[in-house]
Amino acid sequence: MAEQTTASFGATAREQLPWLYSLARRLAGNRAEDVVQDCLLRAYNAYDTLRDPQAAPAWFRQILVNCARDLHRRQSRQVDETPLDELSDYTLYRKIADEDPLPYSESVHLDFLHSLNDDHIWDVLDRLDPKYRVPLVLVHMEGISTKDVSRMLGIPQNTILSWLHRGRKLFETELWAYADENELLRLKEGTKS
Amino acid sequence: MIDCAEALRQLWDYLEKELAQDQRESMDEHLAFCRRCCGEVEFAEELRGVMRTAARPHLPPDAAARLINYVDNLEESGSLEESGS
Repeated sequence: MAEQTTASFGATAREQLPWLYSLARRLAGNRAEDVVQDCLLRAYNAYDTLRDPQAAPAWFRQILVNCARDLHRRQSRQVDETPLDELSDYTLYRKIADEDPLPYSESVHLDFLHSLNDDHIWDVLDRLDPKYRVPLVLVHMEGISTKDVSRMLGIPQNTILSWLHRGRKLFETELWAYADENELLRLKEGTKS
Repeated sequence: MIDCAEALRQLWDYLEKELAQDQRESMDEHLAFCRRCCGEVEFAEELRGVMRTAARPHLPPDAAARLINYVDNLEESGSLEESGS
């Protein structure tokens, strides 16, 4: 790589680091740093192909998503898949209504959500298989359309939609399980909201 | 006219505005009379908001230092694989 280009890469890459790490943390959990390093190496080796510096964030994002996807493939294991039939009737809204975990609350659904902080959300996401976590993060947290996620991951849009559907169900069941395990549901017992 | 099961299946696509026009109209039609599904939609919208506004994880200082060092090494050596770092 030419010296001028190398210097430009360094400046550009350093600018991207905070948000690259942030996205990697959400896509790959505690392997975030490995994923960012892999992304930097691939970006360096392909930097000549980046023609428009304004496109750097989207270009780095695509590389990072590829790196996370490859990491997940290397780590891939047989996922214990709950049949969708068992999940299809589940909604967290109904679960909360049925269990009524905060009997003194007049807005039990909102109070349940407000008992969760950002760390809880990341912890629950970490519990999901990457196959479901990655589309959830990209679509529902990054705000990227399923069409664009399909293109980024090289996977048909219908498959992405299917993974999202199952991923949301799993996310909701894990949210309830996490709140129960960590006694978040008992915080407001005895207090009138 | 769609039923509750179909409405729940399409709920998040409805919120993300990913439904086709006719599907969206069918959903609106269902929500106009189904109180429970309205509750599901309102809750899903709140949950979506919680997910979307969850603070971005910060880059810890020690990880930042290692990653900047990694970029520096790339600049100096051309490639970490080549330099063996």
